[in-house]
Amino acid sequence: MKAMKKLTYIFTLLLIPVLLAGCDSKLIVFDPKGPVARNLSDLIVYSIIFMAIIVLIVFVLFGFIIWKYRARKDDGDFEPEEEEGNHLLEVIWFVIPIAIVIALMIPTAKTIYEVEDIPQGYEEEEPIVIHVTSADWKWIFSYPEQGIETVNYLNIPADHPVQFKMTSAGTMQSFWVPELGGQKYTMANMQTNLFLVADQEGSFYGRNTSFNGRGYAHMDFEVQAMSNDDFNEWVQDVKNTANDLTEDEYSELLKPTVIGRKTYNGTHLEWIDHAHGGSEQYIDSDLYEIHHGEEDSSGEQEQAEDTEQETNDNAEQESEQSTDSSTHEDHSHH
Amino acid sequence: MSLDKLLVTGDPLILFSQIAIGLTMVGLVALITYLKRWKWLWNEWFTTVDHKKIGIMYIISGVLMFFRGGVDGLLMKAQTSRPDMEFLDAQHYDEIFTTHGVIMILFMAMPMLIGIMNVVVPLQIGARDVAFPKLNALSFWLFFAGAMLFNLSFVVGGSPDAGWTSYFPLAGKEFTPGVGNNYYAIALQIAGIGTLATGINFVVTITKMRAPGLKWMRLPIFTWSTFVTSIIIVAAFPILTVALAYMSLDRLFGTHFFTVAAGGDPMLWLNLFWLWGHPEVYIVVLPAFGMFSEIIATFARKNLFGYKSMVFAVVGIAFLSMLVWVHHFYTMGNSAAVNSIFSLTTMMIAIPTGVKIFNWLFTLRKGRIEFTNPMLWSLAFIPCFTIGGVTGVMLAMAAADYQYHNTMFLVAHFHYVLIPGVVFAVFAAVYYWWPKMFGFKLNEKIGKWHFWLFVIGFNFTFMPMFFVGLDGMSRRMYTYSESTGWGAWLGFSAIGSLVMAAGFAAFCYNIYWSFRYAERNVGNDPWNARTLEWATASPAPHYNFAKVPEVDSLDDFWYKKKAGKLGLKKSDIKPIHMPSNSWTPIFISVAFGIVGFFLVFEWFTLAIISSVLIIIGLIANTFDYDDGYHIPAEEVEEEEREWRGELE
Repeated sequence: MKAMKKLTYIFTLLLIPVLLAGCDSKLIVFDPKGPVARNLSDLIVYSIIFMAIIVLIVFVLFGFIIWKYRARKDDGDFEPEEEEGNHLLEVIWFVIPIAIVIALMIPTAKTIYEVEDIPQGYEEEEPIVIHVTSADWKWIFSYPEQGIETVNYLNIPADHPVQFKMTSAGTMQSFWVPELGGQKYTMANMQTNLFLVADQEGSFYGRNTSFNGRGYAHMDFEVQAMSNDDFNEWVQDVKNTANDLTEDEYSELLKPTVIGRKTYNGTHLEWIDHAHGGSEQYIDSDLYEIHHGEEDSSGEQEQAEDTEQETNDNAEQESEQSTDSSTHEDHSHH
Repeated sequence: MSLDKLLVTGDPLILFSQIAIGLTMVGLVALITYLKRWKWLWNEWFTTVDHKKIGIMYIISGVLMFFRGGVDGLLMKAQTSRPDMEFLDAQHYDEIFTTHGVIMILFMAMPMLIGIMNVVVPLQIGARDVAFPKLNALSFWLFFAGAMLFNLSFVVGGSPDAGWTSYFPLAGKEFTPGVGNNYYAIALQIAGIGTLATGINFVVTITKMRAPGLKWMRLPIFTWSTFVTSIIIVAAFPILTVALAYMSLDRLFGTHFFTVAAGGDPMLWLNLFWLWGHPEVYIVVLPAFGMFSEIIATFARKNLFGYKSMVFAVVGIAFLSMLVWVHHFYTMGNSAAVNSIFSLTTMMIAIPTGVKIFNWLFTLRKGRIEFTNPMLWSLAFIPCFTIGGVTGVMLAMAAADYQYHNTMFLVAHFHYVLIPGVVFAVFAAVYYWWPKMFGFKLNEKIGKWHFWLFVIGFNFTFMPMFFVGLDGMSRRMYTYSESTGWGAWLGFSAIGSLVMAAGFAAFCYNIYWSFRYAERNVGNDPWNARTLEWATASPAPHYNFAKVPEVDSLDDFWYKKKAGKLGLKKSDIKPIHMPSNSWTPIFISVAFGIVGFFLVFEWFTLAIISSVLIIIGLIANTFDYDDGYHIPAEEVEEEEREWRGELE
């Protein structure tokens, strides 16, 4: 029947992108740059193999059955026989899925436990601690040991474990650097923890995946993994050149805006850690009023560009040595 | 509040819609007045308690809401079709994806399915109506009031903009101070009460009103899945009621259930929402499973393979659906043990679901498959849903989910579950049961256009989303830069959505065409089906069955049909007791809508004053002693003669 041929044709067509994707290793989740992400992508590939087999079996059975048992004009009075069911068959397709679930569950559980800890091979090293504070609509990274703070970009030493202590100044966000590892939520009045390692130098794409209002789409950041020496040099540079972070400046920072990069001497942890309450004093709901049709989003953009200019001026030191990509917006992970 | 704040102004798209809505309203009122149809509408539809008419009204509302939600979807696709597109601004896009989600789940999928349940289930069990016909009307009108209130937000006051999941703290007053999310809290509450009543109604109907001899293990599989769905509704909707009540208190009266300040806990919302939200997914998918089972068995010309394991699978899925809600936030920082347990319970759902897929395949095996429109949808469901299912298992693996969560991969997955699992099912069911509702079939040829355009468009729309998701695109982004490389995928996807829209247009045209030209008098059993609803006339008479049928086996109708034992004796026809129409359900619901509107705008005095209307309605209802009327035997006899010919 014509319909059947069309159906088969279309499903073959649909499989093409799947096959192409198999060859294209550039999909970011399959392009890990650290042990945590590698662990996850291995698990994903493992599961895809099972899933591909299941899809294949169902599709082949499906195609075969509806082709073979289609009604034909010359069927005459043929009437199919009634079938109650078949215990053996039903037990088989009850037991096989159980086996598959077990086969998937064991490595899943193993991986769940593994990614909660310092990645294997890095247990001996003392992780560098970075506090992540997400706000509307920006990322604030505090380096308490180094006494510096950055906005919307994150420099880390390569091949060294990093412990992120994450919280939010208001709405909920999710911190995700797909090339380095899985994501985790950031929530006010709470602290979540994440260990990541970049086992090579490079620039990685990071973003918020949990919708939190108008500026959400622009809430991404760049992670730059650099050699230990470069990292130390950068820290020193910031300490020598960047402005001090004041409480006023910090309140300004927490207003709902889309801004570019910023670099400061000192961290806000000296007066507030959002993991332990106190965020409400920074929240001003008047700033969240919406006005339909007013060019608010483009206004935001302009503001963003302005601040970016400013930031680039006062943080020239970064472009000097390591950061070759200038703003987070033209960053590409490809 | 000044008028310019009340009406959403400034956006040309919205202005255009305001004008269009205004004109349509005026046009409709004028048309009905011109045709002198007000009295007819009131007597035949607005006050009806007939389950079939209520079902049809549900379906009509569902189709309208599908249009609205679909336009939202198309606008989103247009905005993301190219990088740095400047078609919608961020705020507008946020509102559109929020209303798209809410409307598609609560105001499209739910009424479509409940509508079909309403039409079919009492017929399938040989009942005169549901157990509580007036409550059924109240359910519908409450749903309708909620839906209308929700849609009003688009032009009056501003739409909700915190996502269909409405996560706190974002959905709190501090971060979304407008009235948009008030609409969410109030409109869903009103509609939700209606749904809860529906759940209760069907549990009682199926438990108490089955025809003599229709034992549990003889129930048609669609009735089984409706029963199980209704149990989940009764178990899960009260959680939504409580969550929305807290939300309303937070937003309207300044309490701190979910706020960041004063010890509120936003994560409590996430837990409550998904404790309802996950079972909700099964509330919409299980009836669909039942529909496919009926249709596949009918057009394979065989009985359902493994009926018993199908029943146990539905019950198993329902049970597990209550135990998996945490998989919506694996990334919340739960302990590894918690995430492992919820990974396991989630993956276990694949087991009964897999059983169902193979039972369907083996129903088809050795059958004689006819590719009618309802069957095409049911067949296309199997491969498409399998893709949704296996990606669901992938998402269930918590560790892997850290890379999928909140990405387009997730969006692709749930569209691959919900569109084949709900939309395909609804189309299949509408084509299948259309003759039982209206007495004629929808056109098969236009139906084929509808089918192919929609199914191809669906796959082209959502398949690319898996890949952009794996490429790091998170959901709900209104824009992205060219350097991400997502443009090609999303452009392709946008074209797919247009094809899908063309499919929907073909469906609407099919309804129009068939109403005008389709052949009437298709007989009581146009598909040569197996279940009891086909034993009575098409369209089903007001009283359903002249004589309540007696059931001796599963697929009783099929065997009696073959044995020629379906005749009706004249002596069996007795006067039939039917419930009377009632004005109180629509009155109470309109009152709920008015009170809801005032609550949304926090005009409490007006809300209190108008809530008197609700109380009046309830009192009037309490003192309504009308316990129905009898259809005289002669009238029944005449109606039966019309389609049966001579009686025995």
